Amino acid sequence: MTDANPTIRTTLRAEPAVPVSGARIAVLVIALAFLIGAPFFVYPIFLMKLLCFALFACAFNVLLGYTGLLSFGHATFFGGAAYFTAHAVKEWGLSPELGILVGVAGAALLGLIMGYFAIRRQGIYFAMITLALSQMFFFFCLQAKFTHGEDGIQSVPRGHFFGLLDLNDSLSMYYTVTAIFVGGLFLIWRFVHSPFGMILRSIRENEPRAISLGYSVARYKLGAFVFSAALAGLAGAVKALVFQFATLTDVAWQMSGEVILMTLLGGIGTIFGPIFGSALVVGLGNYLATTGFPVTIITGIVFMVCVLVFRRGIVGEINATRLAQKLGLADRSSG
Amino acid sequence: MTMIFGIPLPALLGQLLIGLINGSFYALLSLGLAIIFGMLRIINFAHGAQYMLGAFSAYLLLTFTGIGYWGALILAPILVGILGVVIERLFLRRLYGLDPLYGLLFTFGLALTLEGTFRYFYGSSGQPYAAPAALAGGTNLGFMFMPNYRGWVVVASLIVCIGTWFLIEKTKLGAYLRAATENATLVQVFGVNVPVLLTLTYGLGVALAAFAGVLAAPVYQVSPLMGSNIIIIVFAVVVVGGMGSIMGAIVTGYLLGIAEGLTKVFYPEASSIVIFVIMAFVLLLRPAGLFGREA
Repeated sequence: MTDANPTIRTTLRAEPAVPVSGARIAVLVIALAFLIGAPFFVYPIFLMKLLCFALFACAFNVLLGYTGLLSFGHATFFGGAAYFTAHAVKEWGLSPELGILVGVAGAALLGLIMGYFAIRRQGIYFAMITLALSQMFFFFCLQAKFTHGEDGIQSVPRGHFFGLLDLNDSLSMYYTVTAIFVGGLFLIWRFVHSPFGMILRSIRENEPRAISLGYSVARYKLGAFVFSAALAGLAGAVKALVFQFATLTDVAWQMSGEVILMTLLGGIGTIFGPIFGSALVVGLGNYLATTGFPVTIITGIVFMVCVLVFRRGIVGEINATRLAQKLGLADRSSG
Repeated sequence: MTMIFGIPLPALLGQLLIGLINGSFYALLSLGLAIIFGMLRIINFAHGAQYMLGAFSAYLLLTFTGIGYWGALILAPILVGILGVVIERLFLRRLYGLDPLYGLLFTFGLALTLEGTFRYFYGSSGQPYAAPAALAGGTNLGFMFMPNYRGWVVVASLIVCIGTWFLIEKTKLGAYLRAATENATLVQVFGVNVPVLLTLTYGLGVALAAFAGVLAAPVYQVSPLMGSNIIIIVFAVVVVGGMGSIMGAIVTGYLLGIAEGLTKVFYPEASSIVIFVIMAFVLLLRPAGLFGREA
């Protein structure tokens, strides 16, 4: 697709790359060290849940933050992949890595189908269509034989990763999840900084102009949708292995709402925002589960507060403040 | 016994009636959504929750003040409508001019909060609410037996839908509304108080949802979850109909309700998804919706 527009491609390449500063590398090293050391201080299952949701939110953010499409149906890919992986591993006896592959492929296929219909409309209609189609998938999962309805698929074996790593050991499971998470994040980073990602951003900023420049906007949107769905599926597939079950909760619309909240809270269109957002939402959910206070009330209130007072999210606000400081300094030095 | 396509006629008509009743609620709700969207450019995700609030108001009015069905049918929409006015004044007002998606997200949060609150106090199970005594029993129409209350639901929703259509298409207030939908600034220049018009519109849309909720209370049970179950279907209805026309929203609501009822006769397994399937086909053939204008 990009080959049809060679001039555009060179201009995008000619854009100065973001300088990789020392501070940035230091932050990444600290984050990595934190990920490696964390299971010795925090309950590993909780950490793995966090990583799965963080990857899910980051995948969702590719669509909302970098393409400007609000999908209200991402639970379909997350929960759908969980079902596929669980079924493949438990009933077909596949190894965990193949099971995850089945889940991701299934999610990508679902994404292709849902995206094909949803990209016909924009904005609010896009959100409503994705919501309706994912509700349809929910009903399908409720009635289909292989999902076992209300019971879900239970006691999914974790197996041996590539036949070597015994995933029943919670530490090796944790490091596998961490590796998948880091890999997924890197893939997203590459994707949004590729020429393809740049065109997606141009669609977000000004769709009519992107069309008039000759881009087949529909195909780019569909590409982004499938990519986002596949990675959401990766998160769901891994979650199915971690918790060893796949249930209707993961395909219900509340899950789609939850991932929107994580992204909104952390910062739409930032690489790390959704990670913070999901940490807060998952942490809050875990805390509230012990108090017996209904999570939905708090979730709803956080939603409303976010929309009213900090639409840029936590990381977005921090970035904006830093940018303002930089601009302020630049003003003083020039003045 | 008369048979049509191998289905006994009374069974067919019975499902048709159920479809028509569901369609009545779809029509009332998608009508409210379309009115609100037309003026405020906000998709009111809380519409389902406000429908649930209407039903719960009827239940609470009966439990605590002894006000029965007929009183609730008038009082509940007013109360919930006032709540809508307050919400518009305090919150929604701040979201005008932003990307419409923020309105969707805000009202989604509102819906979660309302639903969560009622679930906290009343659990997930439904509370029964009896139909008024005047409408108890049924009538034998010769070809089928019709419960009176169900007939009333269809009639009442038709009256309200047509009344609302008349208000918007044929009255002076409606003319202001339509003009403000096209160009709010210009209408304001002519001396019409557009902010008040916006508030009233939201109040009216919400009141319609609450009215539907009271109508629904004796048919379904009064449950905190009744709103979120129906709102997603209503979204599909709105996508099929397109939000460009009031009449379009009403007609699509009834038609899809009937389509759902008929599916229950011929292929029950698909009845919960048939509306979504129709939506997908409409998107393929007429992406702007049956009554929508190409954006």
